[in-house]
This record gives sequence, C-alpha cells and structure tokens, in this order.
Amino acid sequence: MPQGEHIELHRKRHGYRLDYHEKKRKKEARGVHKRSAFAQKAIGLQAKLYSKKRHAEKATMKKTIAMHQQRDNKHKAEDGAPQSAVPAYLLEREQVDRAKVLSNTVKQKRKQKAGKWEVPLPKVRPVAEEEMFKVLHSGKRKKKQWKRMVTKVTFVGPSFTRKPPKYERFIRPTGLRMNKAHVTHPELKCTFCLDILGVKKNPNGASYTQLGVITKGTIIEVNVSELGLVTPGGKVVWGKYAQCTNNPENDGVINAVLLV
Amino acid sequence: MARGTAALGQGLEPPLKKGRLEAANIIVQFQSDTGDTVGPQLDLPHDATPAQLETLLNGLLQQKEKLPYSFFIEEQPLADDLGVHLHKHKVSVEAALRIVYQLQAVFRVRPVSRCTASLAGHTDAVLAVGFSPDGRHLASGSGDTTARLWDLATQTPLHTCKGHSGWVLCVAWSPDAAILATGGMDSSLWLWDPRTGRALGTCKGHTKWVTSVAWEPAHVALPCRRLASGSKDSTVRVWDAQTRRCLFSMGSHTKAVSAVRWAGDGHIISAARDCAIFVWDAQDGHLVRSLKGHGHWVNTLALSAEFALRTGAFDHTGAAPAEPAAAQAQALQRYEAALGGRPERLASGSDDFTMFLWEPSTSDKPLARMTGHLQLINQVQFSPDGRWVVSASFDKAVKLWDGLRGTFIATLRGHVGPVYQVAWSADSRLLVSASKDSTLKVWDVATRKLKLELPGHADEVFTVDWSPDGASVASGSKDRLLRLWRQ
Repeated sequence: MPQGEHIELHRKRHGYRLDYHEKKRKKEARGVHKRSAFAQKAIGLQAKLYSKKRHAEKATMKKTIAMHQQRDNKHKAEDGAPQSAVPAYLLEREQVDRAKVLSNTVKQKRKQKAGKWEVPLPKVRPVAEEEMFKVLHSGKRKKKQWKRMVTKVTFVGPSFTRKPPKYERFIRPTGLRMNKAHVTHPELKCTFCLDILGVKKNPNGASYTQLGVITKGTIIEVNVSELGLVTPGGKVVWGKYAQCTNNPENDGVINAVLLV
Repeated sequence: MARGTAALGQGLEPPLKKGRLEAANIIVQFQSDTGDTVGPQLDLPHDATPAQLETLLNGLLQQKEKLPYSFFIEEQPLADDLGVHLHKHKVSVEAALRIVYQLQAVFRVRPVSRCTASLAGHTDAVLAVGFSPDGRHLASGSGDTTARLWDLATQTPLHTCKGHSGWVLCVAWSPDAAILATGGMDSSLWLWDPRTGRALGTCKGHTKWVTSVAWEPAHVALPCRRLASGSKDSTVRVWDAQTRRCLFSMGSHTKAVSAVRWAGDGHIISAARDCAIFVWDAQDGHLVRSLKGHGHWVNTLALSAEFALRTGAFDHTGAAPAEPAAAQAQALQRYEAALGGRPERLASGSDDFTMFLWEPSTSDKPLARMTGHLQLINQVQFSPDGRWVVSASFDKAVKLWDGLRGTFIATLRGHVGPVYQVAWSADSRLLVSASKDSTLKVWDVATRKLKLELPGHADEVFTVDWSPDGASVASGSKDRLLRLWRQ
C-alpha cells in the first residue's frame, strides 16, 4: 500500500531532480534494446504472451500513425471525386478505380520482352533435397527407403489421379495442398484471393515444377478472370503469372505478386 | 393453290409438297409502317426476292427514281425469297399476307473498318467527342481541362481551347455549327468559335459540375442563341449564347441532373438521379409535365428526331442553304421528315435496368416499358430515322428495340466489358458501340450481327461518335488518344 504520494509531494515542493529528464530520455532510448533482448530470450508461454501483447501494441501504433497521416494528407474538396478523369456518366458510381494492367504500346511490349524473366524475387534460397523431401520407410520391416514425402506446399490439379499406393514414389500430403493464392496487384496495390491454375516454374528444379511444389520464388499461374482484365484485342484475360513471395509451408497461405 | 399454301404455312407436310409449292403463289398486301395499305392485293410467285418486291413497290408508289425499302412480315425482316422466309418462320398464308415496308436511307454509309489516325495531344483521358453538324469539324473534351478541335481532312490538331479549370465533361455543337459549347467539372460552360478556337465567353452560374448541354434546334431559331445545361447542382439553366447570361433556371429536381434534351416541339426535357423526368416549356421554363416511372437514377434520354435536331439544316452531304431563312426552312423540313407525322418520342434509360418510351408532348404515361437488361443502362440512342432504339448497358450487351412500339428486337452480344456508349450511322443501317473492354464494335442492324471489331485502344473507350456524313467514327479513350476510324 502506498504510504502517501511522497514523490509527487516532493516534486511539488522542490521541482524535478536536475537530471530527471535526461535519465528519462535515456531510459526510453534503452527501452527498445531491453525489450528486444527480452523478446529474444523469452521462450515458451512467456514468449507467446509477450509476442501477442507486442503484436497488439504494434497494430494500434500502426493504426494511429495511419490516422495521423490521413489527417496530414491533402484532400480534394469534391466529395468522392476519383483521381483519374472519368466521363460524367461514371461520376459518383461505385467502381474500382483500377490502373490499366495491360498496356499494348509497342514500347511497353518491347520492355516486357526484354525483361521476360525479370521477376520481383530474382534470387531464391536453394532448397536442399533433404529439406524438400522426407524419407518414408516402407516394407514389412520398414527397411525400404524409396518413398518420399514432400514437406512443402504443393498444388495438385483437379484432374490428378493417384497411382496405386504401392507405386507412389512421391506423396504430397493433403494438409499441404493449396489451390488458392493471395495475389497482390503491384499497380493497384490491392490483393485478391485467386484460384491457382498451375505451377509454371519452381526455381529449384524442373522435377519440383512437375510435382507442383510451391516455395518462395515459384512462378504460379492464377485465374484472374474476375479482375476483368482485357487484352488489347478485347478478350478477357484469365490466366496470368504470379510469383510466390512467402514461405507458404511456414505461413499456411500463399502470398504472391502478379507479374505485369 | 389455297391448300398448297396452307400446308406451307402450317408446315403440315412440307417435304412432300415441295414440288407443288414451287408453283404456288402467295397473295400479298403491301402496307406502310403507319398501317396504310398500298395498291391492290397481289398474287406473287413464291420465289419473289426482296429486290423484286422493291421494284414492284416503287412501281405501285409511282416513284420517279427507285428508292430502297426494307420489308417485314410479322415484324421479321425479309432477308431471302418470300417462300423460303415463310417456310422458315412458319407464317400462315390463309389470309392475304401483309408485308410492311419501310423506306431506307437513299444513301449508304460504308462501315468503318480501320483506324486511320490516332490523335495524340490530350494529356489525360478523353471524356467526350463530338462531330459538328456538317461533319467537317471534330471537337473533344478531356480530363486535362482542355477542349481540342481537330482537322478532319489532315487528321491533325487544329486548336486547343484552354479555359476550363476542371475536366471537360461534355461537348455540344450548335446546330448551325457556329459555336461549340463545353461543360466542365469546374461548373462553368464555355463557348468557343470552332473556326479560330478562341473563347467566345463563359456562362457561370452552376455551383457543381455540368453533366449535359443541349442547344435550341435550328428550325426554331437560327442563328442558334439559346442552350440548356444540366448540372450536378440539380438545376437546369437556359443560357443566351450571345450575352452569356442565364435566362432562367429550372430547379424542381432534387438530385444531379444527368441528361438534358431540347425537343423540337418547344420543350426542354431533363432527367435526373431523383428518378424523375421533367418536361419544361422552352419559352419561360415552367413545368409542363413530369414523367414518373423509373425506380432508380435516370441516366440517359434520347429523342426520336434527335439526329435531325443535331444536324439542323445540314443534309447527309454536309450542305445547307447559306441564308438563315432558307436554312431554317430546311431544318424544319428535315425535322418534320424525321417525325414522320407522329409526335416526338422520348426514350429514357435508367439504373433500374429498364427503359421507357414516352410521348412527352402529349401524355405523361409511358408508351412502353422496355425490360430485358440485366444491368444499368448507360445510353439510349434513337436511330436517325427514328425506327430503332439501341441501348448500351453495363451487362455487356447492346439491345435493339422497336422505336415505335418499344418491343424488343435483338440482343447484340460480343463485348466482354460494360458498354459505355453507342452511336448510329446516318443511314440507320449500322451502329458502333464503345466498351470498357477497350474495343469498338460495329453492328449491322439488318442481320443483327457483329459486322466488325475495332481493337486498338489501350484502355477503356469512354466516348464514341459517328460523323453525320457517315465518313468517320471518332472515339476517345482513357489512354489519352482520340482515334479516327474510316472505311
């Protein structure tokens, strides 16, 4: 139990200590490091509780920062006027003001051709075979070791039929099969949950591409028909490539960025 | 013969009767689209072609030169031989067969097929294009706050009209082609001289952006002085182009005015987002009639004689009498020819996915309600001869309707994005549609099929116009280019 607010009383009478503010500043400056040291050291339930608390703190912090930024932003006087010019009949209509995806100017096309293999993540960490596959022991005495289980996320097409289990060399666990990806459009800066159509290239090797393994840096084809993109000829685009940007086996989701 | 034709009509034993059918004749009665019968009942052979019918009808009507006609049997266009058509559509010939004829335009607009020029210059999306009534000038309004005038002969920029401080949302030519009016996001209306590109003056008074501009028809006053503008501030104002003063303003709407039309019979018609269409008197601006029926925003209006009102005294070659009195008389004659003896009709399209056909000068009850679209209707256009109505909708379809009764004729499918605008060729045989999917498509009205596809724009096509002389189509897009399409 506090025995009276003697510190406040002292401060009222004599003011702060001369080095009070300096010490406070230093403590605050050190606080980051202390917190970090604790976060790195903490394990188990303590770490879980701490990271949860810290996560909440960070979320609120981000929200307040965003709110302040919004206040500083310059706003147009017009109510809800879109940024790019639209004709009178589209004014005040609810519609996504999306940037054009496909530009067909010759220059743009040439640029696209030159940087055909230019992707957002040019280099990926090579994944060793031991990491990619887990050896399964089979046979009556469990001494046969020719079966492999893929430990990464895989995409298995709808037309896939299993081989008889006896001859199935690679097992792709159903728990790690995914058929949706969260694809970010880099120009629109928005994310859509899209169906995966196929795995185009796994940078770790053609065999992984064939197996449909999705790791960080893998090029996948996604179904963009609901974005309403059209080709210069006026046809609906439905398949586009995207590159996976996270480690889906760790996160449980596939995040990808659309290649435009 | 009667037995043979009956079997043909009801399709009882068509294969067996083939030999006899070829010999069979059909009793035919020609009828105009207003219902007047022409000539006696005729006994025509079974293999009469539309071309032969045309010759026959020209003889019956005692025309000096041969005029083109199209024929309809029970509202189906007659495309092949009479007998084949009857067989295909299972038409009964028990009674005399009524063939309705319609006069076609004596000239023919050739379909545009290629992009002859992409006119760069605007630094933002092109929001509105408009050919002058004589088809010699082209104006465009853009998001870069300028209006531009283009030289159609050399396909080069002519003048840049700077003055607006906001996007130029609409352009409107006066029917004598002497003044260009532009309305903008900056809530002002600018008047330009198309020959020099200089500003004649501004009309200020609206408090929000101007959505639509309409000029007084040439048969009422020539040279054109008055114009009406509708605005987001829910008023319709009538201006004097010479003094740039607001003559009067009509303020019964409660939401943004989306379309304004100046009818030839002395009415101003305005549609707004408060679901109402108001008919005003053009002399003093009192409310004549309010047309109620729509359940959501009214987006667009079209008048049956709109093409005649737009082109004024200029005929399909772009020629008009020089002196005002003769030009006014010709404008009146063209307007009356476009009406064809009926009162002026009005079509309105709305966000409630329906359209209405009205006769605003006589009644506030609709003639017909046109349903069928699955999304909002963005634009409605009457064909230059007033026989067809075409509607552009966000459900990616263009629909063709009968302009007299409002019955559904055909759906023109092909676009993969919302259709923004449509435009008719001057001979009412073709139409062009502009869509969000960055293409233009040319449709043939007779076959109700896609005639040509015009890709080329890199982004949504916001606006399209077909020149009154039929030579070229201009389209403006979000990719900042204005494209000219020609045969």
